Amino acid sequence: MAARKTPEKTLGESLRDHGLSRRGFLKFCAATTSMMALPPSLAPAIAAALETAKRPSVIWLSFQECTGCTESLTRSHAPTLEDLILDFISLDYHHTLQAAAGEAAEEARLQAMEANKGEYLVIVDGSIPGPDANPGFSTVAGHSNYQTLMETVEHAAAVIAVGTCAAFGGIPQAKPNPTGAMSVMDLVKDKPVVNVSGCPPIPMVITGVLAHYLVFGRLPELDSYGRPLAFYGQSIHDRCYRRPFYDRGLFAESFDDEGAKLGWCLYRLGCKGPSTYNACATMKWNDGTSWPIESGHPCLGCSEPSFWDAGGFYEPLSVPLTLRPETLLQAGAVGAVVGGGLAALARKKVKDAAGTRQPVTVEELEQKL
Amino acid sequence: MSGLDPIASQSSPGPACAKAPRDHGHALSILHQIRHALGILIETGEETRIDLNAMPFGPGDLERLTDVLGRGEVQASVEALGPTLIQETAIPGVWLVDYRGTEDQRLTLHIEIALTPEILRPRPEDLAESIATLDSRMPRRDLEPGDSPPTS
Ligand code: SF4
Repeated sequence: MAARKTPEKTLGESLRDHGLSRRGFLKFCAATTSMMALPPSLAPAIAAALETAKRPSVIWLSFQECTGCTESLTRSHAPTLEDLILDFISLDYHHTLQAAAGEAAEEARLQAMEANKGEYLVIVDGSIPGPDANPGFSTVAGHSNYQTLMETVEHAAAVIAVGTCAAFGGIPQAKPNPTGAMSVMDLVKDKPVVNVSGCPPIPMVITGVLAHYLVFGRLPELDSYGRPLAFYGQSIHDRCYRRPFYDRGLFAESFDDEGAKLGWCLYRLGCKGPSTYNACATMKWNDGTSWPIESGHPCLGCSEPSFWDAGGFYEPLSVPLTLRPETLLQAGAVGAVVGGGLAALARKKVKDAAGTRQPVTVEELEQKL
Repeated sequence: MSGLDPIASQSSPGPACAKAPRDHGHALSILHQIRHALGILIETGEETRIDLNAMPFGPGDLERLTDVLGRGEVQASVEALGPTLIQETAIPGVWLVDYRGTEDQRLTLHIEIALTPEILRPRPEDLAESIATLDSRMPRRDLEPGDSPPTS
């Protein structure tokens, strides 16, 4: 993977060089528009913008991570579209995917940074041991993750934090956070940071953000956690196909009861859908086959800050303890308004739980081992 | 890939635990949207596209929708960046357009309310080049002055 100044060819020219017909391009634009969660009526505008889009240089840094985010992207089931977008960006550095190793790899990163100063994008997956942590917890080429990150973002146009670890600290930050793990936005304060959270994030969302940058030449509109509103603007609960059961107070009480078999709401089984913002309900997983709630499993809330420390996945922590099942049923019977109220209570409950939880010390952990 | 039948077949399989797919009510709202778009098409000629990928469908919702729409007489396929399968529904002016990738995976699924789906029409840029394309494909005969044109 040689570092290079990004070539001057536009995406339109590049696709035609690949032998893509104009109908093929139209189809590419229809699929890209869908991927960006925009209405199909915008496809012609997207086509015009993509026709003239320039190829950006991308440096992908992997820190304390499990490679699940890269796997999510590279194993995605939309190879044509993803490949075209990925082919079009100049991926100048990526530990897992690049052929170069050792000093040659680091040289490629430095060259790409130099050649595309102020214009390149940095994608980060994984959390970073902070400046006060022992740098030895995670190093690349003898440099601490913190050093590498700060050096690389210095002349970047923007940073995209892919996955909940990079976005919010993730599993490495779970209490007692032995490595002092921090998120990208904890550390990078002077560059735009986009958080594409999820454990892992939906692959189409990762490429959707890149496509947005290609089409509009700027980053998408973000929510208060720095996530693109187009994908994280609505809660799982708001778009869940089981919502009518929630509104009628029909809940599965265990994984094999009659309610579960009838596909009722999974709220009482610990579903974090009401406090989770992500696009799973529409984009789904595995080639649009299904998603956790559709396969009968409550949402874990993996795209939310602190989901790893927010109590048991299967405990209906979000159900206010003062509300008895009958109360919930009555609440359900009066419909969505009360349902929305419960969801709001659930969101507050999760926040409170995260706020009041006591850190576990290493000594305590060792005692339990 | 066999034929043009997969439009509904790639929808959600539904939870194994469900006894029968329940009606989540999403198909009905799309049908109302289609009805509204048909009115606009008839009155003004304005076309509408609905991206079914963006819909929070539950198990069985897509099948319910395609069942109501039924199948019309026209089926077509476009080979560009993988197949695109076009199926006219039993409602004139309402088309299912299934965009698939080179490995036959669905990229997106649209309902188009139009006289003909856009992807079937030649692109204006291609149309502008059509005479030149035909000329370049016609057998050339360099006629000598005084030669008579070919008779058959
Ligand atoms: S609580 Fe969970 S399963 Fe129930 S409607 Fe909300 S998101 Fe769907």
